[in-house]
Amino acid sequence: MENKQHTVQLIVFQLGDKEYGVPVADVLSIEKIEHITRVPGTEKYIKGVINLRGVILPIVDLRTRFNLPEHPYSQHTRIIITKKGEKEVGLIVDTANDVIDVATSQLEPPPEVVGTESFDYIKAVAKMNQQILILIDLAKVLNIEENVEI
Amino acid sequence: MEMNQYLDLFIEESKEHLQNCNDLLLKLEQSPEDLFIVNEIFRSAHTLKGMSATMEFNDLAQLTHQMENVLDLIRNEKLAVSSQVLDVLFLAADYLEEMVESIANGGNGQLNVETVVKQLQSLDSNQPLEIGNAPETVQVGKLTYDDYEWTVLSQSKDTDYQPFEVTVQLHKDCLLKAVRVFMVFETLEKNGEIIKSHPQATALEEEQFDFEFTVTILSSNTKEEIEIELLKISEIDAVEIIAIDLSQASEEVAVAVEETSLPTKKEVEVTQQQTSSFKQQSKHGTKTIRVNIERLDILMNLFEELVIDRGRLLQISQDLDHQGLQETVEHMSRISGDLQNIILNMRMVPIDTVFNRFPKMVRQLAKDLHKSVNLEIIGAQTELDRTVIDEIGDPLVHLIRNAMDHGIEKPEERLAKGKPQQGTIILKAYHSGNHIFIEITDDGAGINKDNVCRKAIAKGIIKEEEIASMEDQEIYQLIFSSGFSTAKEISDVSGRGVGLDVVKSIIESLGGYVTIQSNEGYGSTFSIQLPLTLSIISAMLVEVENEKYAIPLSSIIETAIIKKADIMKTHNQQVIDFRGKVVPLVSLQSIFEVNDVSEEIPETLSVVIVRKGDKLAALIVSSFIGQQEIVLKSLGDYLTNVFAISGATILGDGQVALIIDCNELIK
Repeated sequence: MENKQHTVQLIVFQLGDKEYGVPVADVLSIEKIEHITRVPGTEKYIKGVINLRGVILPIVDLRTRFNLPEHPYSQHTRIIITKKGEKEVGLIVDTANDVIDVATSQLEPPPEVVGTESFDYIKAVAKMNQQILILIDLAKVLNIEENVEI
Repeated sequence: MEMNQYLDLFIEESKEHLQNCNDLLLKLEQSPEDLFIVNEIFRSAHTLKGMSATMEFNDLAQLTHQMENVLDLIRNEKLAVSSQVLDVLFLAADYLEEMVESIANGGNGQLNVETVVKQLQSLDSNQPLEIGNAPETVQVGKLTYDDYEWTVLSQSKDTDYQPFEVTVQLHKDCLLKAVRVFMVFETLEKNGEIIKSHPQATALEEEQFDFEFTVTILSSNTKEEIEIELLKISEIDAVEIIAIDLSQASEEVAVAVEETSLPTKKEVEVTQQQTSSFKQQSKHGTKTIRVNIERLDILMNLFEELVIDRGRLLQISQDLDHQGLQETVEHMSRISGDLQNIILNMRMVPIDTVFNRFPKMVRQLAKDLHKSVNLEIIGAQTELDRTVIDEIGDPLVHLIRNAMDHGIEKPEERLAKGKPQQGTIILKAYHSGNHIFIEITDDGAGINKDNVCRKAIAKGIIKEEEIASMEDQEIYQLIFSSGFSTAKEISDVSGRGVGLDVVKSIIESLGGYVTIQSNEGYGSTFSIQLPLTLSIISAMLVEVENEKYAIPLSSIIETAIIKKADIMKTHNQQVIDFRGKVVPLVSLQSIFEVNDVSEEIPETLSVVIVRKGDKLAALIVSSFIGQQEIVLKSLGDYLTNVFAISGATILGDGQVALIIDCNELIK
């Protein structure tokens, strides 16, 4: 889809020392961390639900999802509220502080092996200066069953 | 034309007007002399016609138009209200309903209305016969003609052309009168030659007339043909065409006109009076606006945010110990409490909106079944949540049909049994606690338990040996099993194989129950119990370690403190003796995997006894917080099928508490 456009706007967030991106179009808002109510009997990476202005919203911890070591939440911790289809989910990230334009020509398909992460939820990577930006595939991250065009 | 944005409004309003028509037709049946009712029906039909014409639902417009014609005759006392007339009107209303329903379901509202239109037209054309000396040729006309005009008219005698006076009555709400005039002229010109108009053409163009104007034309077509052509133009109320009798001398015409012009004026006055009486009438109705239910939900969500902030303010004011601040916050709390009640009540709708369609249905059914039935409605003003209202209609239809088909006996049978010939069905709604009860009582044959049992065995629903141990209520409940139908022959009224089992499942999906009481030979009562609202429930808040959960009060029997010594063990399952019953003990801590599951059992345990049907379970909690009205919210589309959690709610401090689904905890 991005191939047809010249640039794509991404929200950049960090987990550990890696930078990730998620398309602005999929993001509703970015919130500070607040009390999360655990929901028993769900996947480990589902931290629970929060009350976002009167709406109950499930929260996924991306660190747990990406098998990264747990990290206590700090004042920089953010919840990125995303929307995929009818499903609204919040993602806990270490920080989220940038919106950038990436030319679609800069995006490359994911390499066969990227570090130790299981890489099926990586949609593309982009080389930005010295850093590599990982564009995540929301549907895969959230385990939403649907036919995703790659 | 892009009409989609108006479609919802159109459907809603059409339904309202149709309902109004139906109600009034029923009233008219009771008091056929009451012209006020006729006027009211006319008004509804008229609005409906206008709306459907605008929306380009032509069949709908055509039918309402014919209906309107008949109603017009009635209100002008040219047609008496007979049962034949009413039947046709009811039939027309049925058709209209069907069409509106079709539009609501995404259809185009097209329906073959010819038969009913013909019936209406036949009533319509009866008019001259009934009033005898119709002013066909007796009256010469409304206009005066000068010599020239008269000559032209006279000359037509020798040709195929015939002179007509066409009087067109425009819709009272017509905005662009000049446009309609133009359309009328254009249509007339197609049909013949325009000789004269009153008021003059220029005045007509400048809209210098009330709602009526007269045109004299020469046409080779018959007056019916012209009338049909003209009625195709929208916003025209009525067309009156009079053939001009040319045998009369022009002087006489002039005199006649003097005389006839007076009644025309009177007519206008009459219509004005009518409009003013309509206005008075409309003032009596309650004023309402339509609000999308989603907006109400948003309002509710925002309000909850406000409540949370109120809690925080309350805390801060206490910490600051400032009297002025405290008083203000207290006042705010009271106001927001009132506000909460209002917002909650906004979702409440009187059950009348469901009940009001039944009188007509019962009337029709009684006719079809050749039974005489009187429907009594009690408590139509009882209010319940809009979401429940939307769902409850179909089950009630089924139950009423069932009562009429299987309950109420045929008149002869009733007389033989010493009952009044007319059967009675009582539809009653009332509040009790947090529930609403809807009862459908008939004084019919009642339920024959043996028949039910035999049938259930034949259908393989139960086994013969089970019957002995079954209580009456259990036997009655068999009626709700799928595939059960006690009617010996399948009628199209009820007993289509589907039916009562659907009723039960809908009501249960709404969190309600159906119970049956029956006295064979004297009738039965179907009683539906429903929660008042699906969005707000009473719940007990409990703590499990440091997590808060809500348990719906409807499934709680009681709370208790038990001693460790009272716990017994059977087959690896801990149980307690609760009022002589053995109740399994369920640890919420281990089921919900709350951290630090300790094997150590404290000396005393707080338990909540919950039930599912008649099975019980005792849930161990750390502490009770208290009872509270909570707003039920879903966990969203992402988290589905969470075990033993039916939803979530937001507590006063803004945190989320999960709602426990006791049904899943009890096997």
